[in-house]
Amino acid sequence: MLQLLRQPWPWYASGTIIAAIMVTLILFGKSFGFSSNLRTICAMAGAGKKISFFDFNWRSQKWNLYFLAGAVIGGFIAGTFLKNGQPLQLSAATITDLKALGIRFDGQLEPGQLFGLQSLNLKNILLMLTGGLLIGFGTRYAGGCTSGHAISGLSNLQLPSLVAVIGFFAGGLIMTHLLFPLIF
Amino acid sequence: MKALRFILAGIVFGNVMIKSEAVSWYRIQEMFRFQSFHMYGIIGTAVILGIIAVYIIKKLKIRDIEGELISLPDKDKQWTKYILGGLIFGLGWALTGACPGPMFVNIGYGYLSMIIVVGGALLGTYIYGVLRNRLPH
Repeated sequence: MLQLLRQPWPWYASGTIIAAIMVTLILFGKSFGFSSNLRTICAMAGAGKKISFFDFNWRSQKWNLYFLAGAVIGGFIAGTFLKNGQPLQLSAATITDLKALGIRFDGQLEPGQLFGLQSLNLKNILLMLTGGLLIGFGTRYAGGCTSGHAISGLSNLQLPSLVAVIGFFAGGLIMTHLLFPLIF
Repeated sequence: MKALRFILAGIVFGNVMIKSEAVSWYRIQEMFRFQSFHMYGIIGTAVILGIIAVYIIKKLKIRDIEGELISLPDKDKQWTKYILGGLIFGLGWALTGACPGPMFVNIGYGYLSMIIVVGGALLGTYIYGVLRNRLPH
């Protein structure tokens, strides 16, 4: 069993588990949407004193912070007990494309060249900070992220969510195909 | 122990994000370059099963564990925010290879530099809160 869990999980199993998580949260009387936590943390830190957007009863969102804490623990478990040591099976075409941008495929989950602590330089810090900024600003502006719009929203046949998801995708394509050659 | 059930759900989420490799910057690049079915398979399966599950929940008028009738509110129809916000998030998603969930899962996995991405995301959320009334929605 442990051996089976250690292998990469196939897409159909993963998608099924993600749907099950969404259904579980609905049955718990909540909804699956991760980026709300960012607003909650701002409110917890006292941002509501000056900015009305953060002036709400953040304690009602504590359940989602527990979910966040669980996600961090889950990442730790997967990275220790369920680690298999095999390199990621990335498609050859992607490896070639990234190589042309000067990004070496190292078989890990994340390129050490960009996210490794040993390669923490000014450029990488700026990239991560800017990327985070776009994510935080964009998800709150759009009112949700991949979980809130792509999974929860589309499951509930929400046209606004479909528009948001098309936006996510268009932004990703612009970054990958137009901006990456300028950045890397 | 209401907290526990949410922590457990989060643990399952963190594990599936890592073991499906959906947290991987490489996999997100592969997706945006249309070079593998993997990410489309994950999201597609989740959405198709999600649609069926939500339909059943509504049709059978299922109640949650508190005994309340489950209601899933419609999203408001202010289109500008979905388009502009969506585009901005998409730029950041491709750049960091992480959405809000995976950036935290990555920290647990051991990519501690993702704390910088989280810091940026909190700052971005704060800036949105400050500018909110001046933005077109």
